[in-house]
Amino acid sequence: MRPFDYQRAGTVADAAGLMSAGATIIAGGTNLLDLMKLQVVTPERLVDINRVPLNEIEETAQGGLRVGALVTNSDLAADPRVRRRYPVLARALLSGASPQLRNKATTGGNLCQRTRCYYFYDIDQACNKREPGSGCSAIDGFNRIHAILGASDQCIATHPSDMAVAMGVLKADVEIEGGDGGRRTVPLDEFFRLPDDTPHLENGLRPDEVITAVVLPSAPAGEQRYRKVRDRSSYAFALVSIAAVVDVRDERIEEATLCFGGLAHRPWRDERVEAVLVGQRPTGELFGKAADVLLAEAKGFGHNDFKIPLTRRTLRAVLADICGLGDDS
Amino acid sequence: MQTRLTVNGEEKTLRAETRTSLLDALRHHFKLTGTKKGCDHGQCGACTVLVNGRRINSCLTLACMHDGDEIRTVEGLGRPGDLSLLQQAFVDHDGYQCGYCTPGQICSATAMLEEAKAGWPSVVTEDLTSSPELTTREIGERMSGNLCRCAAYPNIVDAIQEVAE
Repeated sequence: MRPFDYQRAGTVADAAGLMSAGATIIAGGTNLLDLMKLQVVTPERLVDINRVPLNEIEETAQGGLRVGALVTNSDLAADPRVRRRYPVLARALLSGASPQLRNKATTGGNLCQRTRCYYFYDIDQACNKREPGSGCSAIDGFNRIHAILGASDQCIATHPSDMAVAMGVLKADVEIEGGDGGRRTVPLDEFFRLPDDTPHLENGLRPDEVITAVVLPSAPAGEQRYRKVRDRSSYAFALVSIAAVVDVRDERIEEATLCFGGLAHRPWRDERVEAVLVGQRPTGELFGKAADVLLAEAKGFGHNDFKIPLTRRTLRAVLADICGLGDDS
Repeated sequence: MQTRLTVNGEEKTLRAETRTSLLDALRHHFKLTGTKKGCDHGQCGACTVLVNGRRINSCLTLACMHDGDEIRTVEGLGRPGDLSLLQQAFVDHDGYQCGYCTPGQICSATAMLEEAKAGWPSVVTEDLTSSPELTTREIGERMSGNLCRCAAYPNIVDAIQEVAE
């Protein structure tokens, strides 16, 4: 690891000030230090925000929860309110990484973690995300874990988070504070960017902005599920994951929200898929139509072609389960 | 950079570069070589220690981030002749072959039992709001951050299960 200067911030304003001068935030550090050891990123200055008081989970006036940016993934998953009201989030968190990593990984850091694309991690390979303009080694390389939706000819990386997929289905907001003390709130769905021509820009944070919290709205009506398909049954990133909130009443789907992980550069929501389901009687045929809409523009790059049928089957299975049709739709 | 740490109950001062991981501080500066370096990237769990009672990968954290923290390593859990329950159970159940992952396994399991006692669920817990029972499946999931290349897993799980009961 290259040497760097290290400073501690006591407030968000301290941190933002140091960031304006080029410092990089370290919170849990589980992803950043991994990348620094490999020299994928080489910050000259780190600002440690662990002493900034952002580690509370509070009730909001709207009946939701405000999760401080430094709340660890472990604490969030274990919180009785999260387990009771947002099981999709507890399950997504618990399906990610390992207990040791979840004890360090934070809510804000989880959102800002980088892709696990092999070529992004290998500094001898071309990567537009790591080094804009150098090319993408994944498009014609080994791309088993890569995107099938929303990719560009510059980058086919995926966002690796489980937590963000569950927060996406819950329609969470990201609370951000800037160097001028101004606060803004961005829907999680709009926080992340698609790669387009600028895959090195992954979210809407400005250089002096800090995530201070994620705000969950009140718990949605209906059932919640998180299903993660991966190469081994624990401690692995998703090939495909689905967070679902579906409300079935009188044998009709009253409301449906879906968010997908492992498929794109960001947690993937497509309201057209949800529209196929709403108002309909849940059947295997209907779920197939939803998958058709989701995957209409899906594109594989060779090794990841299997993700297209895998996503279809996983979606059908999740919808069958959540609508009470059993495992087989 | 100067950092004050309590390591296995002893107050210590570390003078080291900012880039020194907690793992390297323990092994190289404090000569506590029980904690092992496996992958050095948070994937194998050999470096697991307890920080303020929580298990973490000591390779993926900077020592200077832990000013004022309380660190416990395998040396602090028990000593020859005065082993912790888990250390003794690993001996009794032959919970290892080469032994390289063992300090990490034991530190991890020590914290895992506390997590279960506090009612933390895992992803395989059927009812997230209930108190989990430490079945073989639960132990396997909760210990998934500790790899054993010799695959002594059945005996590791037996050792942990005995202490859990």
